Amino acid sequence: MSYIPHSQKDREEMLREIGISSGNMDELFKGIPEDLRARSFSIPSGRSEYEVMEHLKELADRNTTGLVNFVGGGFYDHYIPAAVDALVSRSEFYTAYTPYQPEASQGTLQAIYEYQSCICRLTGMDVSNASLYDGGTALYEAAMLAIRATGRNKIIMDGGVNPIYRKMMYSYTSNLNIEFVDIPVTRDRDYREKIYAHLDAETAAVILQNPNFFGTIDDHTDISEKCHEKGALVISSVYPISLGILKTPREMDVDITTGEGQSLGIPLSFGGPYLGFMAAKKELARKMPGRIVGATRDAEGRRGFVLTLQTREQHIRREKASSNICSNEALCALRALIYMSLIGKEGLKKVARLCLDKTEYARERISGIRDVEVKKEWPTFNEFVVKLPRNPNEVIGKLINKGIAAGFPLGRYYSSMEDYLLIAVTEKRTKRDIAIFSDALEAALWS
Amino acid sequence: MIPEDLKYTRDHEWVKMEGGEAVIGITEHAQKELGDITFVELPETGADVSKGDGFATIESVKAASDVYAPVSGKVSAVNEELESSPELINRYPYGQGWICKINVDGDPGAEGLMDAEAYAQFLEENEQ
Amino acid sequence: MELIFEKSRDGRHGVKLPDKDVPAEGRVPARLRREKDAELPSVSEPEVVRHFTNLSKMNFGVDSNFYPLGSCTMKYNPKFTEKIASSEHFADLHPLQPQLIMGGMLTQGALEIISNLEKLLCEITGMDVFTTHPMAGAHGELTGVMLMAAYHRHKGNAKKFILIPDSGHGTNPASAAIAGYRIKTVSSDSNGVMDLEEFRRKIDDEVAGVMLTCPNTLGVFNPHISEICDLTHEAGGLMYYDGANLNAIMGKVRPGDLGFDIVHLNLHKTFATPHGGGGPGAGPVGVKEYLEPFMPVSRVVRRKDGTFALDYDKPLSVGYISPFYGNFSVLVKAYAYIMLLGKEGLVEASENAVLNANYLKEKLKKDYEIPYDSNCLHEFVVSAAKQAEKGVKALDIAKALINEGIHPPTVYFPLIVKEAMMIEPTETESRETLDSFVDIMKNIARMAERDPGKFADFPANMPVKRPDEVKAARDMDLAFTGTEKGAGG
Repeated sequence: MSYIPHSQKDREEMLREIGISSGNMDELFKGIPEDLRARSFSIPSGRSEYEVMEHLKELADRNTTGLVNFVGGGFYDHYIPAAVDALVSRSEFYTAYTPYQPEASQGTLQAIYEYQSCICRLTGMDVSNASLYDGGTALYEAAMLAIRATGRNKIIMDGGVNPIYRKMMYSYTSNLNIEFVDIPVTRDRDYREKIYAHLDAETAAVILQNPNFFGTIDDHTDISEKCHEKGALVISSVYPISLGILKTPREMDVDITTGEGQSLGIPLSFGGPYLGFMAAKKELARKMPGRIVGATRDAEGRRGFVLTLQTREQHIRREKASSNICSNEALCALRALIYMSLIGKEGLKKVARLCLDKTEYARERISGIRDVEVKKEWPTFNEFVVKLPRNPNEVIGKLINKGIAAGFPLGRYYSSMEDYLLIAVTEKRTKRDIAIFSDALEAALWS
Repeated sequence: MIPEDLKYTRDHEWVKMEGGEAVIGITEHAQKELGDITFVELPETGADVSKGDGFATIESVKAASDVYAPVSGKVSAVNEELESSPELINRYPYGQGWICKINVDGDPGAEGLMDAEAYAQFLEENEQ
Repeated sequence: MELIFEKSRDGRHGVKLPDKDVPAEGRVPARLRREKDAELPSVSEPEVVRHFTNLSKMNFGVDSNFYPLGSCTMKYNPKFTEKIASSEHFADLHPLQPQLIMGGMLTQGALEIISNLEKLLCEITGMDVFTTHPMAGAHGELTGVMLMAAYHRHKGNAKKFILIPDSGHGTNPASAAIAGYRIKTVSSDSNGVMDLEEFRRKIDDEVAGVMLTCPNTLGVFNPHISEICDLTHEAGGLMYYDGANLNAIMGKVRPGDLGFDIVHLNLHKTFATPHGGGGPGAGPVGVKEYLEPFMPVSRVVRRKDGTFALDYDKPLSVGYISPFYGNFSVLVKAYAYIMLLGKEGLVEASENAVLNANYLKEKLKKDYEIPYDSNCLHEFVVSAAKQAEKGVKALDIAKALINEGIHPPTVYFPLIVKEAMMIEPTETESRETLDSFVDIMKNIARMAERDPGKFADFPANMPVKRPDEVKAARDMDLAFTGTEKGAGG
């Protein structure tokens, strides 16, 4: 086999060295009783590299990826500069393990420190960890962090949080002693009153999202103030590209912020690997989950980087660890760092601005279609909700045939929103794309 | 080397009774085992503790150890200097490196604590 | 090396972005805007490329260095799988697409890969059903323990504890604890496997399950495994198999045949997907048929017409544990790897992994203490206790190995061995590499005898030498707050 260097002769000689003269490799397993051996192992025979490539190509071709995409829902079709792929393809990065040995891992460690710094600059928070699996598990980890930090066990989650994350949160807490208050979805401001009705001295945290799942942006400073009065923490899930323009979690006095980092140079890849990020106020650092890299000095006074605050982690603290996470999404964090380095301070603002303006253009075009309602009272970032005169599934089907992914039908997660469609616009959508989409939507509804 | 005026636990805490107040810290042996201390998680002033509860945590780079209450009572003071200078425990475990004070009302539950001689013997036995 | 922020100069940028082409302007009221810009670096593309290329050179990786890191299975990562996974027909696929009307038909290839991989993993492990959703090994463990909890809840069983041997990975007790269970630890016996007598005393009807790595972290296969499974099942508990060490036994032993109810695998170990400097991994979970109703949603199902679809209608399911279908591009790579190796290749991989470990153990045992010297499988643990008497600890040996361009073994784990060094060579290393490692280890042992003071100098040829971890933990410099060279750190 081409990944195993040994020749038959090597193997025989090595076996003899360890006292097996028969040349029979199976003798290596003689410590395992016969009755415990595999009862079956019916795997197809191996194929050549070329044959496997062809097989996978054939499967790949059964996926349609050329659609002009207006589907978001927290996962966006942003442009990824070619240098991101070129640099993460350096095998010194991608064939390394977790940087346990700092001398042999300064590349990964410095990159994580730079990543943590970028996340802090983006969100305004003091400390960031080295990554979590995705935006949903990051939100769950934030809730657990709040529970540890406050010694309380009630979590209030706003209805504007991504419904996928809400479902994940139910799953993870179902066997735990956590009082979980789910604020129903509303499309207006009265969610504040609903949150306050449950906010009390037992509340560990209130979980918010900005922009919320429906694309609406808000300022949560007043909610933070009310929470802090009761000794509760505020957790906010944010969309990193929007922070090119929008008020930061720190400016809203949020305590822990999390999010999905996929939009920072990570391909959609049918759901993963993605990047959960988490940043918090400094006083929460020693209770955070996951790896954290710190700067220090070496024996000769040089700057160096190490994994730090490891006593939080499972390999030391075992059942008392702040989380069970071991492998994280380091290579995705590296992608995000390279993306943020390339796009830079001005580029991030520009991408955010392009998203905002193109979304506004799409809103204007689509609101001109007969009987299509576009709510305009609340500002949005790059995603908005439209109400169609009928169930959107038929329209979505028609547009897919024209090569357009029209948006996400909200009825999929909300029974009260059967006629609603969630439309996302990124900087990749041109004026022409938007015009074709709008015309096709009108035609699908009315011709 | 082991101060005569203190009482000791099998988990290597020391207690000094000052009237109704117990001052608590960890022993020279404990700080040596832990190595360079990087952080001390102190209890809240006013917290009730029962004998045997883990009420503080001492961290080094590669270990975290709970400190168990040698007596029952209410935390009356914590050594806030440890927040910025945890190494005080390494340097002066029986002095400036004290961890907290517990107000003992009624029976401190001090039975079972060792005097210096018994603790020295305990350490010796554990060596073997 | 300078930080990327220290290379930043206002007015530079690394990507040419499109100009605005729409006649509209989105408005965000001032109260909803950030006050100051996010101070991301301002650097040109060539500077970014040079920065990260130079950073990469400060890393050991499997492609450049021998990496015998125990329990991590740092085997060679084939290149063709990288090429396949980066195909735009996978990389550009939106995960919500199958949830659109007709959208499922546009992702048939992706769904088929998930379905095919699940079937292969079932046969490799002897389980009945797999889910690809868990995004890492520890995430698989958590999923597995959540499955136990859902099962016991459904059955009305009141269970409180999970039993775990003291040689187990730290993730085992951590995963069980965050899923709501308390932990009982079982000691190891003189052969390094879970003490059967102590286990018998601890297993009772309050035990939800037992989590085991087999072979364990010492590379030892537990000969009492059938009895442990039987006792656990009699007490109404479930057996959980931590698949971190599956690379030892492919085609030889299957956890399902042994009596395990739940397993997780680490695709980034056994199935050769790269570790990425800490991730992403993938930790698919397999179960016996009777646990299928509790599996996470969605499930890939095959319709009568042969097409694939996603089934979310599972009332007893633990629910969503991942936003979609797991770390899909990792799944693609593992699938391609299994297809290429096939039955014979997988068996050969395990046989050669075990051969290499035993060969190294044989060659090292004169110079290093081997506390549990039975037949090992894919890895083994040596103790540097003998060298430590001279003042040369496992960590010093690790630093001397780095000096020689070798990534050290896992040190100070498992916790039951003093000065532990856990060595896992994997099957993809040549005899010459192994021999050269042995020579270096022998030299190190000699140097520990004659010149123990020398170790303080190691490593002498790396960008840093023994960075101060105490300072790092006390100072907590976790993000760069300066703008100029010299600030921070």
